Amino acid sequence: MTMSDFPPGLVLILGAFLLPVVARNIRSMLILGLPLLTLGLIWSVPDGSFAILPFLDYQLVFVRSDLLSRLFATVFSIMTFAGGLYALKQKRLLELVAVYVYAGSAVGVVFAGDMISLFIFWEIMALASTVVLLSADGSFSYRVSMRYFLVHALGGVLLMVGILAHIHESGSTAFTAMQPDSFGTILILAGFLINAAAPPLSAWLSDAYPEASYTGTVFLSAFTTKAAVYALLRGFPGAEILIFIGIFMIFYGIIYALLENDMRRILAYSIVNQVGFMVTGIGIGTEMAQNGVAAHAFTHIIYKALLLMSAGSVLYMTGKRKCTDLGGLFQSMPITTACGIIGALSISSFPLTSGFISKSMISQSAADESLIIVWFMLLAASAGVFLHAGIKFPWFVFFQKDSGLRPPDPPWNMKLAMILFAGLCIGLGIWPEYLYNLLPHPVAYEPYTVPHVVNMLQLLMFSGFAFFLLLPLMRRTLTISLDFDWLYRRVLPKALHRVFSLIWTTDRNLRQGFTVRLDRGLAFLSRRHEGVSGLLSRTYPVGSMVMWVSVILAAYLFLSFITH
Amino acid sequence: MLAHLPILQVIVPLMAAPLCLFLTRSRLVWLFTLIASGLAFLISSLLLQQVMVSGTIIYELGGWDAPWGIEYRIDQLNAFLLLIISAVSTIVLLAAHTSIKQEIPADRHTLFYILYLLSLAGMLGIVATGDAFNVFVFLEISSLSAYALIALGKDRRALWASYQYLIMGTIGATFILIGIGMMYQMTGTLNMDDLSKRLPEVAHTRTVFTAFAFVIVGVCLKLALFPLHLWLPNAYAYAPSIVTAFFAATATKVAVYLLIRFTFSVFGLSFSFTALPLQMLFVVLGLLGIFAASIAAIYQKNVKHLFAYSSVAQIGYMIVGFSVSTTTGLMATLLHLFNHALMKSALFLALAAVVYRIGSVQLSQFHGLGRQMPFTMAAIVIGGLSLIGVPLTVGFVSKWYLALATLENGWWPVTALILLGSLLAIVYVWRIVEVAYFKPPIAGRESIKEAPLSFLIPIWTLVIANIYFGIDTRLSVQVAQAASQSLFGVSP
Repeated sequence: MTMSDFPPGLVLILGAFLLPVVARNIRSMLILGLPLLTLGLIWSVPDGSFAILPFLDYQLVFVRSDLLSRLFATVFSIMTFAGGLYALKQKRLLELVAVYVYAGSAVGVVFAGDMISLFIFWEIMALASTVVLLSADGSFSYRVSMRYFLVHALGGVLLMVGILAHIHESGSTAFTAMQPDSFGTILILAGFLINAAAPPLSAWLSDAYPEASYTGTVFLSAFTTKAAVYALLRGFPGAEILIFIGIFMIFYGIIYALLENDMRRILAYSIVNQVGFMVTGIGIGTEMAQNGVAAHAFTHIIYKALLLMSAGSVLYMTGKRKCTDLGGLFQSMPITTACGIIGALSISSFPLTSGFISKSMISQSAADESLIIVWFMLLAASAGVFLHAGIKFPWFVFFQKDSGLRPPDPPWNMKLAMILFAGLCIGLGIWPEYLYNLLPHPVAYEPYTVPHVVNMLQLLMFSGFAFFLLLPLMRRTLTISLDFDWLYRRVLPKALHRVFSLIWTTDRNLRQGFTVRLDRGLAFLSRRHEGVSGLLSRTYPVGSMVMWVSVILAAYLFLSFITH
Repeated sequence: MLAHLPILQVIVPLMAAPLCLFLTRSRLVWLFTLIASGLAFLISSLLLQQVMVSGTIIYELGGWDAPWGIEYRIDQLNAFLLLIISAVSTIVLLAAHTSIKQEIPADRHTLFYILYLLSLAGMLGIVATGDAFNVFVFLEISSLSAYALIALGKDRRALWASYQYLIMGTIGATFILIGIGMMYQMTGTLNMDDLSKRLPEVAHTRTVFTAFAFVIVGVCLKLALFPLHLWLPNAYAYAPSIVTAFFAATATKVAVYLLIRFTFSVFGLSFSFTALPLQMLFVVLGLLGIFAASIAAIYQKNVKHLFAYSSVAQIGYMIVGFSVSTTTGLMATLLHLFNHALMKSALFLALAAVVYRIGSVQLSQFHGLGRQMPFTMAAIVIGGLSLIGVPLTVGFVSKWYLALATLENGWWPVTALILLGSLLAIVYVWRIVEVAYFKPPIAGRESIKEAPLSFLIPIWTLVIANIYFGIDTRLSVQVAQAASQSLFGVSP
């Protein structure tokens, strides 16, 4: 038993249970110290497999350390540190415990060297994240967390059946690259994709995340989907179907984010969109694409957490979450605004921010593989990202009209966490080689070439222009004056509006239809089964029990006579 | 002495039962019962060890040769069952003294222990014996004492539940007796080993088919296979809490043992699975049981009822494993037998602690118990997780092998259904967790304290076993594997 035989994820999982029992200042030390300890442990493990335990007829490999797992574990523990700092004053201990177990299980997932230990941490992750949601005290949080858990329990079942079938087919529990070509691997892929918020169940993410507490959402945004990205990257690089799924997710996220009014839900949709980029990259599957996905997951966790931290700060200070209720906050919350803008620029891959150096690797890999349509769509999507996350979020929350709200910046720990991540966003943007050195394959990519920078700036400028052009569409209270070019200001927006509202209503009807049916079905079930008089739980008289006995006996006799 | 272990296994609790009458003080009787059960546990451990090392033990009662005299035949399967029964009985007994103080009038305490020992001896006897008629005798010993034990419940409905169980149990036992009688008529022997050799000669006759049908239905009644489970929920819910903990972990397991013994050893695999479309029947009834009973469990308001229905569902899992009729399938059934005994004894013992403190197991009375009885409720949560089949608990191990067994046969829809069924377990376990942890305590009950150590020690022994055997599966998997392989080896 050496240091390497201690799974790094366990530090957080076990440490989490200490949090509620120790005094307050020790708790603060633990909150900040545990992620750092984990980080130290991650980097002290040499490459290879450790913590091997026999289980059933197999071997569990709890620590499989290589560049890829170390990269994801590193960003997970940095995220836990900054998130812990941000949540230092969170009074709900249950949430803190759940969050640390959740983070620890995510680290466990990326270190798992075989399918069974992967599944174990996968399930802990689902349970812990449900508790995170549950500990928020919004009126919706209970029902939302139940829906959330239902989806993840279903994903867990798919994954388990898949793993079983795969072990049965291949005889090995090792978690290595596969192709979705058999019953088992297809189900494993489906299980992974559910956690990655892929269609048709993408809705769990935007449904659940905005209902968590102001600190909970920050953590939720980082782990579940990115652990799924890791699992897909490790398990299914180059599976072509992922390109289509990824593209779908990219546009799904953009369209819904553009239509949304809740600031954190905008960002939740944008997670689906960003994960879509990664899933597409995994589908492309070249070394360059894999590097791009890993790098993008790394930077995405940081800037998305930064964005949600600034949204969380606004929520914490104002108690409001709808874009229409907010605006003009830059006057009294300068630091939150600045950090929000840095996050927004990063997600839009503005040069000198972290998004620029990572996302471009994915589009470049599409170009290298001559996937012209994919490349074009990724480019168009980049503009869309700038629209919904890069401008829409900061514009409506911090600028726009003056809502009259004058809250100060949040407490020091939240400010510090935001500044730390804002610094990372810019630092990684300026010195990308530090991140590139951590990637699973050698990198021969230079992001800062003149054409690339100019292209990106052009794209961003035009989509920024388009945003303010389409502003009336997004904020329906504003009237349109007719003296401008009628075609662009009237027909095009109207057509777009039609298309959007059509998508919107169809989706709403579908979902409403589904929930109504589900509710009706459940009501029917509970009418039939409620209490001691229910169909299956009624106490039947002895006579009817005996009747069942004779029916079964007669059936057995009959069956055994006719078969001979 | 060691050579006589098979008979001592049964004789020790059987003889201890009447001796209890000589002890007057409740505490003494309890200690004596505990020692007797502990001895049985020790004997069963030794037996299992012997069997695993040197193979089947044959013990002839009074030195009479097999077909004429009664023979005890201990192979891996019985030894495994003996261990489960005596271990659960001993651990549950640890809490008995504290628990029955509140639930049973003081003048009936001695009676309780006598019945308990008789029931234990009966179950051990059913498992240990190699004689078909002897099975019936021990079945009646264990059943009659079980009816009386259930009737001791504080709730007046216990009497009625016990009466229903009496009728149904008697029908079941009679069916088994009719079946055994028909076999005797056709072969002239009652020894199981002998039967298995002579039955093939007359296997084509209708009498043997009828015998088989009677035995199977009788056993299915005893093991509460859906839809013959109707007696079980009330019997478990209204019996004294200790009795529920003991029976839930052992009584149906003994019936499952009988099912395996009769189909695999006595009638033989090829006959059993061709005389009836048994595979199809059992897979359908097992799955129906899983879903119907789990759904019923979700809507229960009495937590004992809830877990009783869950037991019916768990029997469904065992039956599905049985119906696969491969070594892996049988192994999954045996593993689940062991694992389910661990889960349900832990859960019902924790409920006994709840009854001890608040006097009720209505779900509405569980409000805020998560904070007031943290260790007891934590045990229920872990037991519940095990029931669901969360990794690192025993439940996961049995679900794993069950799923593997159905996949090996290419029955993947069954695999999916099994795992979907465990989602229902999440729902009913969640209902308890929700009430206990997320609701404030009921007004006027703020002073409820944690259960005494006499409960917590056995409860947590079982809970830790739930986790230990979920991680270190050597003992359970090895024995189950050896038992199922020998069953397939013996009867081709």
